[in-house]
Amino acid sequence: MKRSLPEASFSFFNHAFLGCLALLSLLPLVNILAVSFSTGYAASTGKVGLWPVDFTVSAYRFVMQNKVFWNTLVVALLRVAAGVPLNLLLVILTAYPLSKTRKEFRQRSFFSWYFLFSMLFYGGLIPYYLTVQAVGLVDRFWVLILPIAVPVYYVIIMLNFFRQIPKELREAAEIDGAGHFATLFRIYVPLSTAAIATIVLLCFIMHWNSWFDGLLFIGNVNRQPLQSYLQSILTRPFDINQMARDPEQWKLIQFVNERTVKCAQIFIATIPIMVIYPYLQKHFTKGLLIGAVKG
Amino acid sequence: MTGRWLNIRKNWPLFVMLAPAVAILFVFSYIPMAGIVIAFQRFVPAKGLFGPQEWVGLKNFAYVFSLRNTGQVIFNTVYISFFKILLGILVPLTVSLLLNEVRRSWYKRTVQTIIYFPYFISWVILSGILFDILSPSTGIVNSFLGWLGIQPIYFLGTASVFPWTIIFSDVWKNYGFNTILYMAAITQLPQDLYESAGMDGAGRLRCAWSITMPGILPIVMLTAVLAMGSILNAGFEQVYNLVSPVVYSTGDIIDTLVFRMSIGSTTGGAQYSLATAIGLFKSGVSFVMISTGYYLAYRFADYKVF
Repeated sequence: MKRSLPEASFSFFNHAFLGCLALLSLLPLVNILAVSFSTGYAASTGKVGLWPVDFTVSAYRFVMQNKVFWNTLVVALLRVAAGVPLNLLLVILTAYPLSKTRKEFRQRSFFSWYFLFSMLFYGGLIPYYLTVQAVGLVDRFWVLILPIAVPVYYVIIMLNFFRQIPKELREAAEIDGAGHFATLFRIYVPLSTAAIATIVLLCFIMHWNSWFDGLLFIGNVNRQPLQSYLQSILTRPFDINQMARDPEQWKLIQFVNERTVKCAQIFIATIPIMVIYPYLQKHFTKGLLIGAVKG
Repeated sequence: MTGRWLNIRKNWPLFVMLAPAVAILFVFSYIPMAGIVIAFQRFVPAKGLFGPQEWVGLKNFAYVFSLRNTGQVIFNTVYISFFKILLGILVPLTVSLLLNEVRRSWYKRTVQTIIYFPYFISWVILSGILFDILSPSTGIVNSFLGWLGIQPIYFLGTASVFPWTIIFSDVWKNYGFNTILYMAAITQLPQDLYESAGMDGAGRLRCAWSITMPGILPIVMLTAVLAMGSILNAGFEQVYNLVSPVVYSTGDIIDTLVFRMSIGSTTGGAQYSLATAIGLFKSGVSFVMISTGYYLAYRFADYKVF
């Protein structure tokens, strides 16, 4: 089919417009990256665009010498290592009974409402804070894990995936005398790798990006996760001389400034997301839509 | 009776599976719900949650709503979240329709990959990025505006501009990811409609207008109805990180006010009861809105959460 002139010109402008949108998402990050590799002097004059000026890795070396940065990075990795497997286990265990029909599991409605209601009504910040305080989790590592151990929205994604597993497979397992646990772990789980990958990646991001819990419940900055620490660095002016506690850092201080050090930390904190992003993208369109669009 | 007993005997593993999640939600979701009683007390933290507190009825609510500040904060919240919801639907919808017209699949995929990305970055990191690129002296955005001959704009420090900085940066973060939903809805439309329209001489734009648009209207309505529930949710994580006292008049929202009045209080006079009263107002309205949204979605689109 021959394309008419208006259609051809629409196509041209459409491609150009979408290209601009993509740049709009990309350029801020490129700019941050360029600033982080520039000298403090170049950054302070506002001359850095999309390419570093007076290339240097001083800002990264400066950050690497910062003990608090390392301590909080370790806390962040620990919370991911402990939190994500627990999330996954609880999501799978919870989604299985809720994926049953009411005939198969008579109390299902009650539990569905129990989980649904927790999404509908929020007790509020202060009762939540006082509850966490009352159960003795303040200043404990587990305060970063337990309160968000059951992401109900991901349970819904998982259970909708479980419901698509052919009925024949379940019935065959039942005839073979498999109990619920065996059915779940030998039949459901191996068939749900795409959904499980999605849940793992989403939980990884949830844990990696959480900052408010650390800020709220953990007093010692060295025991906060990276994002909580970065919150206190990135969202207000800070004095770079106070961060320089180490002789190595004093040597670097003439090449860096507040801005380049902030940008270096922004970029480092984004690396894990970039690393898992290809996997995430492969899975999420498929895995997420089952939970969302089903309608 | 025996039927039910048999059922439980066969299904006991299901209860075991649910137990940990039920317990965790009980502690971290249901106990705090009961904790809203604080809003009706003169709460003294030393006496403990559910301790022997003095009951004051609706006094906290009366006091909170008599403050002029409260009305302003509620207005700010509704203003910001209304435009977030509106643009948060229109922008991804438009972009989905445009993406659908791209025939070069590598181009489409590349654009999608890039515009999804900001969704996965935390508001802490994005705030750091926004503070940097929007800075009036060294930021790249104002450098660009200067190149166009426009005076520097203090996006995060001008009360009249701040809410729109919040709205646009939120839309910027999320629109790409939200196109997934509309793109999926578009691909599910029956292809033969396009074929027969093509045979009748309809061009691509005509098809987009007359087939695609009405075809995905139901899912657009569904997202709009479900989004109603967040009308008092202007985005704590974002606003808390970006707001400063100079823009409180337009940028302070319910959640940031609650936090500042209570746990985040820097003056020492933490007002737990008053803050909980405002928080409960928000939770109550949100509850009604979300429930209504779900009910309408269920009634008219057969949408079920579980």
